[in-house]
Amino acid sequence: MLISVLLLGVLGVAFGLGLGWAALRFRVDTDPLVEKIDALLPQTQCGQCGFPGCRPYAEAISREDADINQCPPGGDAAIRALADLLGREAKPLNPENGVETPKTVVLIDESRCIGCTLCIQACPVDAIVGATKLMHTVIQSECTGCNLCLPPCPVDCIEIVEARVNPPLWHRSRPATAVDRVVLQ
Amino acid sequence: MTISLKAEFEQAVGKRSHHFHGGLRLRHNKKISCQDRVGPPPLPELLVVPLLQHAGDISEPLVQAGDTVLKGQPIGQCQPCAAVHSPVSGMVEAIEVRPMSHPSGQPGPCVLIRPDGREQWVDLNPMADWQTASPESLIEQIQNCGLAGLGGAVFPTHAKMRDGRDRKTHTLILNGVECEPYISCDEMLMREQPGKIILGARILRRALGADRVLIAIEDQMSAVQKALTACPEFANSENISVVKVPAIYPEGGERQLIQVLTGQEVPAGGRPSDLGLVCQNVATAAAVAEAVTEGKPLIERYVTVTGNGVSHPRNLKVLFGTPVSHLVECCGGYTQDVARLVMGGPMMGYPLESDSAPVVKASNCVLALTQRDIAPPQAEMPCIRCGECARVCPAMLLPQQLHLQIRNGLWKPLEEYGLKACIECGCCDYVCPSHIPLVDWFRYGKGELRTRALESEASELARKRFESREARLLRLKQERAEKMARRKQVLNDKSSQQDRILASIQRAESRSRSKPGGQGSGSADDT
Repeated sequence: MLISVLLLGVLGVAFGLGLGWAALRFRVDTDPLVEKIDALLPQTQCGQCGFPGCRPYAEAISREDADINQCPPGGDAAIRALADLLGREAKPLNPENGVETPKTVVLIDESRCIGCTLCIQACPVDAIVGATKLMHTVIQSECTGCNLCLPPCPVDCIEIVEARVNPPLWHRSRPATAVDRVVLQ
Repeated sequence: MTISLKAEFEQAVGKRSHHFHGGLRLRHNKKISCQDRVGPPPLPELLVVPLLQHAGDISEPLVQAGDTVLKGQPIGQCQPCAAVHSPVSGMVEAIEVRPMSHPSGQPGPCVLIRPDGREQWVDLNPMADWQTASPESLIEQIQNCGLAGLGGAVFPTHAKMRDGRDRKTHTLILNGVECEPYISCDEMLMREQPGKIILGARILRRALGADRVLIAIEDQMSAVQKALTACPEFANSENISVVKVPAIYPEGGERQLIQVLTGQEVPAGGRPSDLGLVCQNVATAAAVAEAVTEGKPLIERYVTVTGNGVSHPRNLKVLFGTPVSHLVECCGGYTQDVARLVMGGPMMGYPLESDSAPVVKASNCVLALTQRDIAPPQAEMPCIRCGECARVCPAMLLPQQLHLQIRNGLWKPLEEYGLKACIECGCCDYVCPSHIPLVDWFRYGKGELRTRALESEASELARKRFESREARLLRLKQERAEKMARRKQVLNDKSSQQDRILASIQRAESRSRSKPGGQGSGSADDT
């Protein structure tokens, strides 16, 4: 009786120590759910959701501090994907955050730029290059279309343009239902 | 590796008859356009040369409105892809967005050239010594002449050749299997210019470092075989053979042709060079011969103008940029009951909105159909899982499954089920008893997959840039805080303050001592 109690006690302590060590050794620093949510967001870092970037918004969703319908650039597709992931009901985009628009980028009118660097500081993805009192320019392929550089510009030399894709990215729309064919047989 | 592949190939070719999965036997309808000799149409009044005529990016224009251009002068360049050349001598009228005969139907930048009728060539740069020239210089010449695969996919020829050379190709296959009904431009080319094709084959073989050439033609093309084997270039060439293959659609597909010739399958996502093979269209070979021995860039091609909607169907040798309406005029105009204009063949072609669309490198056929040729539109019915589509699919896919996955937006399994391997031949579409436009669904699905991949790539890039910026800002903040803390510490430290005052007094004294004597100053003590 005593032996078995002692034996089980020792075993219990040993396993407890083992588990405690494993919990420290293999600790996951980041919340895997945040990573998954972050992967579904469009990464424009535009802040339209009310959080300073996509990752903070992802963290807020995982803490259930924010709803899943606050991301205009992601639009319906992102909301549906988030609803799938979190097992929640999909809902329409919250109009307070904005409306879904086609992808755009910004363009600096280089003749009017005074080189104040304010837009460079505002850009969340370092897509604007330039230096003090020298012309600035936008790296089109890196621009996410967040438009955060527009408000700080003192001379309003930044405009929104349609994103140009090369090679022309085309694909058919969903096919119609009625079809006709060439007779060959 | 190469040796074993080659041995396997030797064993495979000609010992047993191979076949590919599925396919259809279709009525050819080729004879109507093969009656006349091929000739050029008269010069059109205005040529519209699109700057996107090949797989890849839009070329950058090298000319401006008002420039005078010579025949063969480069007018568009694009580093990794093929160049675009002026098909005539004349004046550039404008560069503007116009319909450009792209399967997307989308307009794009085109160079409008008004011919001056003098047909004055730019200085050409032929390689007389191609038999001794290095393979790289041959490929460079091919690139400078703007060659792209003339079978329809318009993949830049030089890229395919570089890949083939680097992967140690042992056999070059020339594809003369024009399996799609109505189209006869390759057949006419082989009948009329067999010498050029054989010469092109030898140049390509040299550029690849390959040993042998197989020219594949359909078993109904006896005239072609006669023409090819009778020409003097063929008699002078070693290791070039003409192989007949049975006419089953879509045997002219690169992968299907390789399977028929060798029994080997090109792996999914792989290329023929994985098997030590390179496949080129016969028209590409003829263009290579012109590019290397005469220095002529690719500015024209054979085009079939056919169908019951054209009065006098025939093949024409057409300059790129010529509007389709001009070709139809040269063939006696439309018949009264013409109903539809198709660019390409009846299976893989796409309907043209207007006959002002120009001929481009990819245009092999202009097909005018009458109402008789088109089955009346049928309402789409639900899939009954009959499996006919899977039976005829030459890529051995499950079209019914892919269709349902695309309809329901199941994008992940779609990739596993191999949508990318679909060659859009239209066989499944043709046999579907429920009239489901399967190929249209697959094109839509492929576009969606591509868009999704690009979007996720872009967002991944943005995420990385955002994170690295955050890290940088945090680091700068910390560095500034540390600096401030250090300075504060120094200011608060009373004893070190005394020390520094003493040190500066000493410095000043030593300076004042050394000044009158004019000797070197004492060492400055910075603490």
